[in-house]
Amino acid sequence: MSDSFKFEIDGVEVLARRGQSIMQAADEAGIYIPRLCDVEGLEPQGSCRVCVVKQNGRVVSACTQPVIEGSIVENESEEILGYRRDLVRMLYHEGNHLCPICEASGRCELQAMGYRLGITQATKYPYLQPVRPVDASHPDIVLDTNRCILCGRCIRASRDIDKKHVFEYVGRGIRKRVGVNGYNLADTDIALSDRAIDLATCPVGCIIQKGRGFFAPIGERQFDKRPITLGILPVKERSEQ
Amino acid sequence: MPDNPYSNGGKMEKSVVSVCQRYANDRTRLLDILLDIQHELKGITPAAMEVVAQRTGITRVEVEGVVSFYAFLSSEIKGERMIRVCDDIIDRQKGGREIAQIFAQELGVAVGGNSADGRFSLEYTPFLGMSDQAPSVMINDTIFTALTREKARRICSRLREGAEPADLVERYGDGNNAHLLIRSEVTNNIRHAGEVLLNTLDANAGLIRSLGSQPQAILDELDKAGLAGRGGAGFPTGRKWRVAADTRADRSYIICNADEGEPGTFKDRVLLTERADLMIAGMTVAAYSVNSTAGIIYLRAEYAYLRPWLKSVLQHRREQGLLGRAILGREGFDFDIRIQMGAGAYICGEESALISSCEGLRGEPKNRPPFPVEAGYLGYPTIVDNVETFCCAARIMELGSAWFGSIGTGRSTGTKLFSVSGDCTYPGVYELPFGTSVQQLLKQVDAPDAAALLVGGPSGQMINMSQFERRLCLEDLPTGGSVMVFSKRRNLLEIVDQYLQFFIDESCGYCTPCRVGNVFLKKRIEKVRKGLCELEDMDYLKELGRTIAMTSRCGLGHTSPNLVLSTMQNFPLVYAVLLKEHGDGLQASFDIQSALEESRRLAKRRSMIYDPNYDEA
Repeated sequence: MSDSFKFEIDGVEVLARRGQSIMQAADEAGIYIPRLCDVEGLEPQGSCRVCVVKQNGRVVSACTQPVIEGSIVENESEEILGYRRDLVRMLYHEGNHLCPICEASGRCELQAMGYRLGITQATKYPYLQPVRPVDASHPDIVLDTNRCILCGRCIRASRDIDKKHVFEYVGRGIRKRVGVNGYNLADTDIALSDRAIDLATCPVGCIIQKGRGFFAPIGERQFDKRPITLGILPVKERSEQ
Repeated sequence: MPDNPYSNGGKMEKSVVSVCQRYANDRTRLLDILLDIQHELKGITPAAMEVVAQRTGITRVEVEGVVSFYAFLSSEIKGERMIRVCDDIIDRQKGGREIAQIFAQELGVAVGGNSADGRFSLEYTPFLGMSDQAPSVMINDTIFTALTREKARRICSRLREGAEPADLVERYGDGNNAHLLIRSEVTNNIRHAGEVLLNTLDANAGLIRSLGSQPQAILDELDKAGLAGRGGAGFPTGRKWRVAADTRADRSYIICNADEGEPGTFKDRVLLTERADLMIAGMTVAAYSVNSTAGIIYLRAEYAYLRPWLKSVLQHRREQGLLGRAILGREGFDFDIRIQMGAGAYICGEESALISSCEGLRGEPKNRPPFPVEAGYLGYPTIVDNVETFCCAARIMELGSAWFGSIGTGRSTGTKLFSVSGDCTYPGVYELPFGTSVQQLLKQVDAPDAAALLVGGPSGQMINMSQFERRLCLEDLPTGGSVMVFSKRRNLLEIVDQYLQFFIDESCGYCTPCRVGNVFLKKRIEKVRKGLCELEDMDYLKELGRTIAMTSRCGLGHTSPNLVLSTMQNFPLVYAVLLKEHGDGLQASFDIQSALEESRRLAKRRSMIYDPNYDEA
């Protein structure tokens, strides 16, 4: 049994190693599959569903699904793009995402994903407008869970890298939110140097570092310059180059 | 040990420490620990969570994550008597909400709150599993059924006097319901006993025969019998067991899914009451065939009244040599079973969520692969099967695959237990061959007024009268057992609306489409009901339903839009009469007057355009 094998993403032949997820194999091949809850260095959890693809006709999350040898994967089909738009819209409408007043604007992955998927108009869903207290108790960190998309990246970073387990999901269903290990953040052992607080961990403006607001002017931020691909080019752009 | 900053003294701490010790401070037994604390202290306060965290070596927020996941656990202190009124649609149609009001008035407690003296708490609960004897109420662990106003008042007055809920049972139900260890007023309502499960039988014959054959032969026999899982999905049982048998591991587990939470099903309640030995024999057969030494019965919290009974059945079997070390004298075959109580979460009926729950985690489904049969409970190969499936397996091993395969249809062999409730004369449990037509069943239950049938519960399909010739089997209309009958008098959109709320409440919230999408579905159905929708909204519902079904992570989200989609398809007129034409070019859902209201208030004046008598202001 050979350790590497071939499969297809949108008609492009890709090499994968046994045990790799579709996402890992695509990343190595330079094919970008959109994602929000998955990020380099953390265990994938498959919760945002933005990375859904069709593998041999079944809709699966690319970050958790192992590649099947010889399989046909749809990544950028109209059907899949439609699902992704709906999912990103759901996240927009679940929380309060007021980009013009948000510190994360321009470096926000949700915003960038919206642009990438062509969501430029008011969308069809109702706004849920949560009203949760902002936790500004900590001297260095602000937590505004009204902007949280429940990606769990802070939870995994704090648990698996910082070994502190400061954050955890509490509640269930639409009342599910990220809780902290204390009455508030100041009551925990969180620190600015934690991976959980790193700018690359929270994809939105839920975790904000105090005193660093607007460290780069809007217009000169990460996604102001080029669309979100995390350094990977989508199939179409790649073939055009 | 570090000081507990939330501690307010010794008593709580002592109780919590002793509960944790009961489970060897084992983090994987967190659900048991929390259930015991809830039982003893009536709530798990942040201070108690801190003690549990310290004892089990996890953080407080992890404990909070689990407490806040389960409906039967609370971070606030509840009353000595917890009254849970079943709020399923069938119970509502039989007057459940009126009964709740009586409890509220008589005991001075609001729904969702505690009485002023702190003695009583009152809540709605989504489904108690008593649709055939609705309306029903659970007080602590005791079930009360077929409640009338008078009966509710009688119960209240005794409760006020301080009576124990168990002492309020006025008459015992039939069969084992009257057993010393159950003593419940629940009745079985077995309306039709088929030849596989509900007829007179010898519970251990299949187990005894199994031990005389090779494990491989058991798997072959199940394959030949064509046994499919009875929970609803219909996965071939033999194939499932075979994967577990073929997976190399130090140990493996057999889990019986007795978390029957799909609204409208109550057939496992009857099996647990009357066929507990057969079910355990089936689990033991599974253990023998895959060489497993440990099993778990995951019993839903609503069926806590059956726990002492099941414990005694297990104990009795140990004494008879049917469980424990060297079963039936066979050296090297050791197998024992523990009961894991659930804590009020529909999602835990999903096998991987059930495993999470057994591991003391939030009851969230796990990513697959790996599948539970490869890496399940604590990472070991785990077979999770429905109560009815284990019972069938034991019978197949007794009477053979040819016998079993001769009953039912090609792909759906054997009999199936149907739990029938709603607008019919004889609600109850019917054991019928797979392939029985809806029409035949309706005749037996006597439902001449049936206009709509919900097959498979809210995650199934609502069918109309022209479809009553369809057959109940995996090839046509699959169901885990739930069949709800609705007459013409019933408002289908109310049913749809209510069950969307059910899915919103019961979604674990892990994935976006199920967590958020179901909320949007419900909001739009509410608008339909108010007559604020137009034809385009039907497309909206279809597209949204499709996205939820296609992109969700587990069966809950895959099926939650079914009720909306099947009613739209099978009862288009129910929707059509409520849709508006929009001749004025405005969206039907847009109400200019209410949209202006806030502006009027802020500007402290009326609208020049939309308020005709503006000048008079």
